[in-house]
Amino acid sequence: MDSHIASQPEVSESDVVIEFTDVHKWYGDFHVLRGINLKIHRGERIVICGPSGSGKSTLIRCINRLEEHQRGRIVVSGTELTNNIKNIEKIRAEVGMVFQHFNLFPHLTILENLTLGPVWVRKIPRSEAEKTAMYYLEKVRIAEQARKYPGQLSGGQQQRVAIARSLCMKPDIMLFDEPTSALDPEMVKEVLDVMIRLAQEGMTMIVVSHEMGFAKSVAHRVLFMDFGRIVESNTPGEFFDHPQHERTRLFLSQILH
Amino acid sequence: MKETTMDDIAPPLTRVGIIGWIRMNLFNGVFNSLLTIVIVLFLWYVGPPLIRWLFVNSLWGSTSVACRNAAGACWSVISANYRFILFGFYPYDLQWRPSTAMLVLVCLLLISRNRRLWKKWLLYAWGAGLCCMAVLMQGGVLGLTPVESTQWGGLPLTLLLAIFGLAAAYPLGVLLALGRRSKMPAIKILSIVYIELIRGIPLISMLFMSAIIFPLFLPEGVTINKILRAQVAIIMFTAAYIAEVVRGGLQAIPKGQYEAAETLGLNYVQTMRLIVLPQALKIVIPPSVSILISAFKDTSLVVIIGLYDILKTTQSVLANPEWMGFSSEAFIFLACIYFVCCYTMSNYSRRLERELGV
Ligand SMILES: Nc1ncnc2c1ncn2[C@@H]1O[C@H](COP(=O)(O)OP(=O)(O)OP(=O)(O)O)[C@@H](O)[C@H]1O
Ligand SMILES: [Mg+2]
Repeated sequence: MDSHIASQPEVSESDVVIEFTDVHKWYGDFHVLRGINLKIHRGERIVICGPSGSGKSTLIRCINRLEEHQRGRIVVSGTELTNNIKNIEKIRAEVGMVFQHFNLFPHLTILENLTLGPVWVRKIPRSEAEKTAMYYLEKVRIAEQARKYPGQLSGGQQQRVAIARSLCMKPDIMLFDEPTSALDPEMVKEVLDVMIRLAQEGMTMIVVSHEMGFAKSVAHRVLFMDFGRIVESNTPGEFFDHPQHERTRLFLSQILH
Repeated sequence: MKETTMDDIAPPLTRVGIIGWIRMNLFNGVFNSLLTIVIVLFLWYVGPPLIRWLFVNSLWGSTSVACRNAAGACWSVISANYRFILFGFYPYDLQWRPSTAMLVLVCLLLISRNRRLWKKWLLYAWGAGLCCMAVLMQGGVLGLTPVESTQWGGLPLTLLLAIFGLAAAYPLGVLLALGRRSKMPAIKILSIVYIELIRGIPLISMLFMSAIIFPLFLPEGVTINKILRAQVAIIMFTAAYIAEVVRGGLQAIPKGQYEAAETLGLNYVQTMRLIVLPQALKIVIPPSVSILISAFKDTSLVVIIGLYDILKTTQSVLANPEWMGFSSEAFIFLACIYFVCCYTMSNYSRRLERELGV
């Protein structure tokens, strides 16, 4: 996992797929995001880390409008996120998300979990959707479990299914919110392997994670968040070897021991 | 030394056989032993006389005069009057029609028990069955003599009020539950007001309102069928209770399920239909069935607005001087009918729970 798998993507202004401009968000009186400015390019892979409660989840949940921001602009694939339902639907169709606790649908089989979106949202015929689903299940190496229910799988398997479920919607951008932190240590690798392969195929990925090995080998950029701000943003090499800010250094020393 | 593995060891002797079972379950401890003895004594004193009254000394097809001198139960009150108890004032020689209608209903219910048959054609079968039942009850077409709904009574009326009441109340209750959790204030407030208002009123007063107050608001000359009004009152009443139970189920669904559905791009209706309700309704099967059972029994309250449901027809038989005084037998019979219906419901719900793996 140590060799860096890709160099920095070609950067040009037209390739920006996600743009935050001075984004603020409050939960009641609590100021969670305090002026986020961020540009993410097509094919770029970002890892976000930072202490608990710093607003990492909130930040990525704003990208597909699971949370609403109150000030500033967020533009995803050229569409601005406003209260316009059509825009939100358009963006959700292009953005996949993987959660810490998998959030599979327990009353549906694995295969049904995967075909639900394509059949009901994309209106793809069921047989075709099943074919696609099996393709992605192969890809996350879990095809033989297609007829089982989520409760019958291990955590690592469930998370791989969750990734496959997102991929079935053919998203341009994938968001991961601590995809491995609810897993037993021996299952972390199988999920990270799937994510690394996704990275090799050039998916735009935004990953909230404290898996520093993963960040080093896969990320183009690592962001450090604290108190609702992006404190530091750098290439993994610079970020880990020469952190600029005192807080980053402190945080790194805590998680790297 | 011989090695014994776990499965080699025989169970301790006290645990096997009938004696073992009795020891384990009836005489483990002083309190349990005492309880067992008391219960056995009770059965000893009460059981034999009861059986004698019910079966040995009872009369099954006699006249009422013969009954007056008998020591046992007078089941003749049932055999002499069962047609009136079951069908009320429905014309005597047309009573094959409600019988057939009930048979159709029972067949449909039996078929619907099997979840594997829940397909499109079953829906059509229900549609056809309902039309068939309506035609049979009402008459007026196909050369059938028309029968006014004021003449309907007995078991068909009870089943009609119960089954249609419950079938309509359940979806209405689900909608109300969704409404109560809606983000739209108007819908939310309306649902809350409805649920709390209805739950604050006894069913009896709703039935009175439907029978006496409601017609006052109708223009001169317009009347709405009394049965229909009672039916609507029952539906509105039951729906409020269903709504609260379903709301409990909705609250048990984790937020992550909604978020996953949203992320996939499902809209509100799809999220509810495909993700939330299937899980929520599964959780609330047991409390829902309790409500359905009590609603079924509550249909007997329609006697107070003068509908001849099966309770009222039984009472009428007992009001006849000839059969006066045999109320135990008549009500035992009635209780059996209610029990069969309610037990079937609860039995089915347990089966459904098992199949769905709640
Ligand atoms: N729905 C909410 N209502 C009120 N406060 C919230 C809500 N969700 C999150 N918060 C608060 O906002 C802050 C940021 O939350 P967020 O989940 O973004 O943190 P995080 O960086 O992802 O932390 P963690 O590493 O623990 O997941 C936290 O202090 C949290 O308590
Ligand atoms: Mg978080």
